[in-house]
Order: sequence, then C-alpha cells, then structure tokens
Amino acid sequence: MASLITCPHCGQRPKEEFTIKGDAGLTRPAPDADADVWYDYVYLRDNPKGLHKEYWHHSSGCRRWLIVERDTVTHKVHSVADAALAELGGAA
Amino acid sequence: MRYSALSVFLNGLRGNKGWAPAWRQPQPKPHYDVIIVGGGGHGLSTAYYLAKTFGITNVAVLEKGYLGSGNIGRNTTIIRSNYLLPGNNPFYELSMKLWEGLEQDFNFNAMVSQRGVLNLFHSDAQRDAYTRRGNAMRLHGVDAELLDRKAVQAKLPFLDYDNARFPIMGGLLQPRGGTVRHDAVAWGYARGADSRGVDIITHCEVTGIRRENGRVVGVETTKGFIGCGKLALAAAGNSTVVADMAGLRLPIESHVLQAFVSEGLKPFIDCVVTFGAGHFYVSQSDKGGLVFGGDIDGYNSYAQRGNLATVEHVAEAGVAMIPSLTRVRYLRTWGGIMDMSMDGSPIIDRTPIDNLYLNAGWCYGGFKATPASGYCYAHLIARNEPHETATQMRLDRFARGYQMDEKGVGAQPNLH
Repeated sequence: MASLITCPHCGQRPKEEFTIKGDAGLTRPAPDADADVWYDYVYLRDNPKGLHKEYWHHSSGCRRWLIVERDTVTHKVHSVADAALAELGGAA
Repeated sequence: MRYSALSVFLNGLRGNKGWAPAWRQPQPKPHYDVIIVGGGGHGLSTAYYLAKTFGITNVAVLEKGYLGSGNIGRNTTIIRSNYLLPGNNPFYELSMKLWEGLEQDFNFNAMVSQRGVLNLFHSDAQRDAYTRRGNAMRLHGVDAELLDRKAVQAKLPFLDYDNARFPIMGGLLQPRGGTVRHDAVAWGYARGADSRGVDIITHCEVTGIRRENGRVVGVETTKGFIGCGKLALAAAGNSTVVADMAGLRLPIESHVLQAFVSEGLKPFIDCVVTFGAGHFYVSQSDKGGLVFGGDIDGYNSYAQRGNLATVEHVAEAGVAMIPSLTRVRYLRTWGGIMDMSMDGSPIIDRTPIDNLYLNAGWCYGGFKATPASGYCYAHLIARNEPHETATQMRLDRFARGYQMDEKGVGAQPNLH
C-alpha cells in the first residue's frame, strides 16, 4: 500500500496517522429492524477480492472519518473522500 | 515406500537414487465422492483422515497453486492448546494429541518439537486472566503451569524484566506446546492421503460451483468440470470467494498476516515465548533463525504480502520484550491471507446447501489446528454430524448469539 494517503482535508499524510475501521458498505439498520437484518449488518461481509471501500479515521490528523477505496489484491488506493460529506452528496 | 532409518541408510549407500516421488500428479477423474477445495494443511489432513479413518478414498483435493503455497507454509509453526472456552479447548487438545502421534501415524518426519509455549504477563490483572485460563485448561485435562517471575528468569534470563511500564511478573506455560516443521505437515499429509488413493490435483483453480435442484453436482475448474457427491470447502483466506460461487455470504473478512525470520543465530530461545504487553511471539528454528510474528496488518487484503508499518511495529514489540534483538537482522518476511471470522473462532459445519460443507474462519490459529480440523471435518463429511469436540463451531452461532470470542473483542475482525 502507498505510504502516503491523501486526506481531503490535510493533503498527503503518512499512512500511520490513520486508523482503519473496516467495511464502509454496511448500512446500520433501524433500531427496531428484524434480528436477521441486524445479523446481516453485524456479522456478514462482502469481503471483495478487488475494489473495496473502507472507513478510515484520520486519528492523528483532522480526526475526520474518511471513505478509502482500495484494491484488496494490489493494495492500490483509488480514492479518499470525507465520509460525512460524501453521505450528504457534496464534494468530498 | 515406507520411510525408516534402514531405508535412509540403504538409499544413502545407493547414492539416493532409490527415492520415488512422495505423491502422484494425477489428472482429474470425471467424478469423485468428495471434492475438497484447497490443498493446504486443512484440506490435505481432511483428505488423509477421510481415507484413513473414515474409509472414503474416492476423493480429490483441488489446489490452485502448488502444494504448501498457502498458509501451511506461511505461519510461525507454533502448536498449543492453551484455550479458555469450552467450545474451543477440547478441539485444540484433540489437535495436540494428534500432533503427538502424527509422525508415527503418517510415517513422515514433521519435526514435532514439544519445547513449551510460555505466555508472559505484566500486571496483576493479566496474571489473574492467565490463572483463569490455566485453570480452565487443567479442568479440561490440558497441561498448564503458572510460573512466577523467578521461574521465568531462570528459563529466559535475557528478557526485559524491569521494563518501567511492562515489568514481567511471570508466565503461563504449556509444556506440551511447541513447534512443527510446517512444510513437512503438508507433505506428510499429502503423501499419506495419496498412498490411500486420494487424487491431489495442483494448479487446478475452482472457478465455479455447479448446482442442480439445490444440490452441488460438481465444480468448474481450470482443468474442466469435475463432478462430486459432496463438496468440502477448505480455502482459508479465499473462503469468501469460493463460497460466493455457491451463493453463500460468510461472516468472514480476509486479512494479511505477516511472519518473519531473522538471520541464523546460536541457540538462545529454547521454547516459544509470547509478549503480554504487545503482540509478539517468537521461537528459534533448528537452523537458528528466530521465527516470529505479531498482529495482522489491519486491512482487508488478498495479497500475500504486507506493509512496512507492521514490520516496524513487530520489531518494536520484539525489542521491548528482548532488548538484545536490536542487533538482529531480519532475513525474510512473508504474508498469508487469514480468514478472520467475526468472533475469532473457526467454523466447521454444514451449510444451507445439503451436500456443501464449510471449513473456514481460522483467523491466525489455523496451523496448530491442522490435524483436528482435518479429523473433525472428515468426520462431518463422512457422517453428516459434527465430531464431539467441534459441536460449537457452527456457522449459525452468530445468528443464535453463541459466539466463541476468546478475547471478547466483538465482530471487528481486524482487532482479533
């Protein structure tokens, strides 16, 4: 993986500044959703071989949650976006 | 050919020209009773016990690379059964007992060395947790000894005992734990299975699973279609990819774990020792190299290589435990793809598809489990019911709320 990650707020930063949370493709169900929906959210994963979106926290930088799109075979980082702004549909 | 001291001696006299290949290189038959996907340690041991113990010999093992190219040749060779939970401990103890008789059983020198596994503790709370685990082990009939600081000092004088933040207070020792020559495990099982009629087909990648009327009828491979009565997955880090071919979604993420070996040194570590204040475990191979590892890199990966940040982190943990390591040089590092389950424990179970079986979720505990995993999986495939030591390794335990989470981490695989 690249040693430098381009944070949309801080620019190029060393990878060690970031904490990886994991799969960004999961959508948290409503609190009263069925047990099988919660099971799906908590335990099942797509685990793709290829492009994968993950939540990364810039824990030693701007402390924003980011969505990093990465290839799980080549480790190449394709894009980095601010998670909250991306969700709002704005420019990340 | 049966290997013995006499056969080694006689072949030595004849210029070692009498040795035959340890297993055949067969072409696939059109149909097998059982096809095992994955020719790693678990797939090969499953085939071995299917043939030897359960009498099913019309079996193929399909391996996409060469034999031993996956995690069976990419680990730190440690065996132990120092588990806490009732669903895990008897299983790993079965594995330990199988290790103890393995070389005689499959007539291959796997260099099983019961040199002891010592887990260091550095605080009162950690001592209490280790005491609890040691007592749980003894209640299951497994050997465990709690060593105080003095006893550890006598055993391993070169550790950093007076570290200001993490002083070493003692350790939990399993004397029967140790190391095994990992490649030889793959070769021994392969030879044992092959001699009983199992076809081991290498460089044969499964590209699809053909289903008719809700049952698996065979697999599409790079060597054509092969029919089967039962299909058994043992694909480790690629479990998700293979299960996806049958429409199954698994509670698994694939992560890369690195292992390391140093330059050769004179003997100084005569057991396996693990750091309690960071993730670091080390033993010394018979060639003299230190074999050690740490945490997974922490991100999903299907690449059999890791990153330098982890290399540095593991070195730091190692030096914190053994200060004299500062002058030791890394010789090699390699990565393997771990099938990290959501509770850190494995799955050996049937699936919603009637004749499809699953063996996955080994996280980074797969090597020590190799014999029991194969034995219990073969039992499940042959008899359609779980072995008595693997009754809790169910695929549906997450939905039922019966996780086996040794560390209490939760469904966050990069922290297991």
